[in-house]
Amino acid sequence: MTLTILYFAWVREKIGRDGEALDVPAGIMDVAGVVGWLASRGGGYAEALGDLARLRYALDQAFVGPDAPLDGARELAIFPPVTGG
Amino acid sequence: MSLRVAAQEADFDVGAELARLESLGGGGVASFTGVVRGGDGLAALYLETHPAMAVRQLEAIGAEAMARWSLLGATLLHRHGRLAPGARIVLVATAARHRAAALEACAFLIDWAKTRAPFWKQEIGADGGTRWIEARAEDDSAAARWLRR
Repeated sequence: MTLTILYFAWVREKIGRDGEALDVPAGIMDVAGVVGWLASRGGGYAEALGDLARLRYALDQAFVGPDAPLDGARELAIFPPVTGG
Repeated sequence: MSLRVAAQEADFDVGAELARLESLGGGGVASFTGVVRGGDGLAALYLETHPAMAVRQLEAIGAEAMARWSLLGATLLHRHGRLAPGARIVLVATAARHRAAALEACAFLIDWAKTRAPFWKQEIGADGGTRWIEARAEDDSAAARWLRR
């Protein structure tokens, strides 16, 4: 399954790109699974995604928790807590 | 029901935005303008966003306010990109039949926009150094006071 993954703020800076389309391995069913799989790539991924407490997520542009099932979603955004306004 | 939202780089005309709400026939229009603070050696603020998600979230937040307070209209405009001290960042404005609803809904909208709209602020110093602003617990508790149980 191809998932567009977007990175924002310091997550984007540490990974070194603002997004990519990746084939998620079969067996990864939820957001935390994707994040763990990405972090296992090491380097900037491990640095950006190593501490789940500092991360927030949106599936298809709606905020979700780490246990949210992928369920055919097309876009996963990974970012720090928002600081707008 | 007249909700207007936008996530944009361009500045906005506060007078024109308030005039739109004043024309809706209510008795009160309230507004909040967020501005880049000066001082502390800040050269600029960089605001990053996910534009499509920002519009969706601002629409959802605005619709929630319209429903909770039976507003005649609401406006939620949020800028992104590089903004100098003194520049406007965000405009929240509401129109209602009475002032209490307009003022309360305005406070609700800015509290929720701060915690539910996908914008991230980075400070750019006069020396070129950058620092991402951390989310603040006060913003979370301000937003949480509007949660219904």
